[in-house]
Amino acid sequence: MKVFILTYFLGLGVIGYHLAPQKSKAESIKDGSEIYLDLCYRCHGLDGVGQDDMIPPLKSSDYLLKNIELAIAGLKYGLKGEIIVNNKTYNGYMAYQGLENDEIADVMNYILNQWGNSSKNFVTTLQVDEINKSILEK
Amino acid sequence: MKKNISHVFLLFFIIQIGCAQENPPIIQIPEVMNYSYEIVIGGIDIPWGMAFINQDELLVTEQAGTLYYVKNGEKKEVAGLPPVYFRGQGGLLDVALHPDFSKNKIIYLTLGANTESDNKGGNTSLYCATLYGTELIDVKLLYKATPNTKKGQHFGSRIVFDKEGHIYFSIGDRGNREANPQDITRDGGKIYRLNLDGSIPRDNPLIEKSDNWLSDTPLKTAIYSYGHRNPQGMVIHPVTGEIWEHEHGPQGGDEINIIKKGDNYGWPEITYGINYSGTIITNKTSAPHMKQPFYYWIPSIAPSGMAFSTSNIYEGWKGNLFVGSLKFQYLERLVIENEKVIKREKILNNIGRVRNVVEGPDGYLYLGVEGKGIVKILPKK
Repeated sequence: MKVFILTYFLGLGVIGYHLAPQKSKAESIKDGSEIYLDLCYRCHGLDGVGQDDMIPPLKSSDYLLKNIELAIAGLKYGLKGEIIVNNKTYNGYMAYQGLENDEIADVMNYILNQWGNSSKNFVTTLQVDEINKSILEK
Repeated sequence: MKKNISHVFLLFFIIQIGCAQENPPIIQIPEVMNYSYEIVIGGIDIPWGMAFINQDELLVTEQAGTLYYVKNGEKKEVAGLPPVYFRGQGGLLDVALHPDFSKNKIIYLTLGANTESDNKGGNTSLYCATLYGTELIDVKLLYKATPNTKKGQHFGSRIVFDKEGHIYFSIGDRGNREANPQDITRDGGKIYRLNLDGSIPRDNPLIEKSDNWLSDTPLKTAIYSYGHRNPQGMVIHPVTGEIWEHEHGPQGGDEINIIKKGDNYGWPEITYGINYSGTIITNKTSAPHMKQPFYYWIPSIAPSGMAFSTSNIYEGWKGNLFVGSLKFQYLERLVIENEKVIKREKILNNIGRVRNVVEGPDGYLYLGVEGKGIVKILPKK
């Protein structure tokens, strides 16, 4: 019986967590813009075009728009080594910024829908939770 | 004819906008590169702070929250750090040895911290601890800036000592320039001075004012100077003993300052920079009772780390100032004569984001380079 009760409440907890009101796409983008203007714009620019040969663009970036999970992993763990963005090779280092998973979802939704970028994908906290470091090592 | 003249003026105007960019002297690439480099300690992503114990041993901080003890290039993690609040530019920042370290094994650390458990973010703190092998014991909080904030900007921070038994450390404006840098009842945008045990020196600049202060909001008497934005470089001048500091300005307007007791360095009332969006912060570049920078960078180089070369190891570099550039990913060499910067040069162009530069006890320059580790500059013979 005890086990049943425990499982029951544990189950409720898990369901409750997943049913936690997910913010709307518009809300997420708005919160993401604040994070972008705090932590990202100094390198990637207010216009998302990056910087010379050092910082890749986010605007119209094939790396970002075609590899959403890789981009999430980069924000979650930092990104090091060579990447190719719009046929150009970058070999910089983007540090992990200390963002929570819900904040990573917000800033992803912002950069996926800014400067002419648009994405049908709506990144959720759950999706960020599920991504782990191994996908960067492929 | 009138139209032609106005065209000429327009042309001049455009040329002026085009050229009025870089604050002289213009940065140069050296004609002869009689130096190279080697990575002496690898595998440290953001080597923020560095403190040499002797030629073979040093301490290195990694921003995400690891302190390394390194001996002959081999690194070990030091246990017993206080909890680090890591966000944006915050995290584990500078490390420095007590002037009597050889006897008492005391070290100082600056880091982002949340000691109040208020879940409201963090702010910069100063700790001391005793290094016992590869463990920290007697960890003590000496200063904690308030209030906490989740902003990722402008934690500072560097640590230096004078010869009179004081420790100095910097804290940035924490992304709240309207509230913090000019308000001496608030933390942020300040350089602080404490005694080595963490107590506040009786001759600090705000002590006298504080004795006659009637407001309910007390003065922050640990303040030594204020009106700073984000100081991430500080060093004692090897000849004069003055405190040299640099700080990140807004777009254009990074500064080098010589820090004097009780002075106001003006941020954000005066600045040579503008907002990153291109909008104006203020048209004022000077004001009475506010100090002018020793030098300012336009464009911003995003300076971090600062050291004078005092050895004879590198030809022609003795007495020069070295500053890391995060933005342009080089080490900047500044030649100073008659209290003016007369030459600027890019050293190790494109090496990566240079987070720190320190002169080792052996007289060599050591850099902390993001994504690389600790890099030693070698003269070519």
